[in-house]
Amino acid sequence: MAHKIYLDYAATTPVDKKVLKAILPYFSEKFGNAMSIHQFGQEALKAVDKAREQVAEFLKCSPTEIIFTSGATESNNLAIKGALRSYYSRPENKNKKPHIITTKFEHHCVLDTCKILEKEASAEVTYLPVYKEGVVKIEDVKKAIKPNTILISVMHVNNEIGTVQPIIAIGKLLRELRIRAKELRYPLFHTDATQGVNYFDCDMTKLNVDLLSFSAHKIYGPKGVGVLFVRKNTPIKRIQDGGDQEYKLRAGTHNVPGIVGLGEAISQLTTNNKQQTTKIINLRDYLIQRVIKEIPRSYLNGSLEKRSPNNANFRFDNVEGEGLVLSLDMEGIAASTGSACSSGALEPSHVLLAIGLKPEQAHGSLRLTLGKHTTKKEIDFTANKLKEIIKRLRSISGKVLEEFK
Amino acid sequence: MQFYSKKVLEHFTRPHNQGKIKNPSAVATVGNPRCGDIMRLYIKVSKNKKGTEILEDVKFETLGCGAAIATSSMITDLAKGKTLEEAMKISRNDVSEELQGLPPAKEHCSNLAAEALHKAIEEYNKRKIKKKK
Repeated sequence: MAHKIYLDYAATTPVDKKVLKAILPYFSEKFGNAMSIHQFGQEALKAVDKAREQVAEFLKCSPTEIIFTSGATESNNLAIKGALRSYYSRPENKNKKPHIITTKFEHHCVLDTCKILEKEASAEVTYLPVYKEGVVKIEDVKKAIKPNTILISVMHVNNEIGTVQPIIAIGKLLRELRIRAKELRYPLFHTDATQGVNYFDCDMTKLNVDLLSFSAHKIYGPKGVGVLFVRKNTPIKRIQDGGDQEYKLRAGTHNVPGIVGLGEAISQLTTNNKQQTTKIINLRDYLIQRVIKEIPRSYLNGSLEKRSPNNANFRFDNVEGEGLVLSLDMEGIAASTGSACSSGALEPSHVLLAIGLKPEQAHGSLRLTLGKHTTKKEIDFTANKLKEIIKRLRSISGKVLEEFK
Repeated sequence: MQFYSKKVLEHFTRPHNQGKIKNPSAVATVGNPRCGDIMRLYIKVSKNKKGTEILEDVKFETLGCGAAIATSSMITDLAKGKTLEEAMKISRNDVSEELQGLPPAKEHCSNLAAEALHKAIEEYNKRKIKKKK
């Protein structure tokens, strides 16, 4: 079929036409280095400043609290390692190992960062459970806090199953705790909001977070650029040396076209978000209804209520996810799976295991994520094809799984 | 699609000899639910004109990725009509070569078909010895 259907918006999004138009002059025409004092440089700096203001307007914060990075992975690394570096820079902390709290189902850029800190013995880490629903419990956060806890990092919206975490409640808890203990610095609160900014209110006067990460390419901006919001007076140090860019927190020449694109993409979000979100929720609910009703032994992974508008994550008994994604792709439908076979890893998705699925269940998962260009016709076509494909794959697999046990 | 060869996709889309054999001479299951691939191979042994035992029929059922299904399908093509001795010589390399190669990660975890075939033949031989006893 000629028309391709893209249902992997949680992986990346197409660059919006207006965003692209805004970016293009900054490659050959307005190519200056934002750190140069001549006119070329000043022109670039002006563009970077404008983007910073666009982001600040969206987050309702000061432009001086916006750090441009190469993406959410870098932002998350900077948030965690930078906080730790700042902690250790104080002589009284030299021999006091700090404690970090995060969840079992963070993105790998948070989890792997925490694991390496554990391995280097520079921090101890608690990984909170997320239960069947895929949501962190506030009581668990409360219980996990220790006198040496310096950072709590909980993602806003899970990238695989789309479940929304109680960021407001955790922020409130930490704020009260900090005031009560008269310890105004720690614990810091970081959230990876990569999947959140598109659909949720990220008003920094309402969310009590100290650090917040996201990237442009999930919000119809370009790849290779992101933001770390750093609330004023947050103890953090840079982890990359070699320049004074970004208030000395992120060395390296500005990715001017990328930053311009990020600014434009985020200002588009402010203007036409509500209507779009309602449309996406309706389509997503329609998709979930059709799949669960029409395909036997199909299940939704994670909470339905506490879920990002664009996410549907299913699993099907006796079906393997990679074969499923491959078959959908042959029909022109782009989707993703948490099966190990799709990633080259031997273990299936840590997110699906964290919500209590058995490996063989996790292997049968399918993530469909919608976006602003998704239509009802596409959803109907996808649901119809999905039915056929699952039937076909089940006829190939027979009952080998049941008989294996 | 760059990930899989044309041949793999062909066998994945339209697998050959898929299903069960009624009253098989032997059955073997390989794989592991943890990794996501489970393959079950059915063989039917008979004698050719010379009186040598051959694989009259080979069928499979597979829960697994594209490579797991394609290798299952390919092994049935390669093994059917062969003597048991010849069939024991079919290696996982033969399977992936016939499929115009597999992605490196798949070579390791999903190319289980030859193993299933050998296991089924061994199972058949064991049964035969038992019968004789």
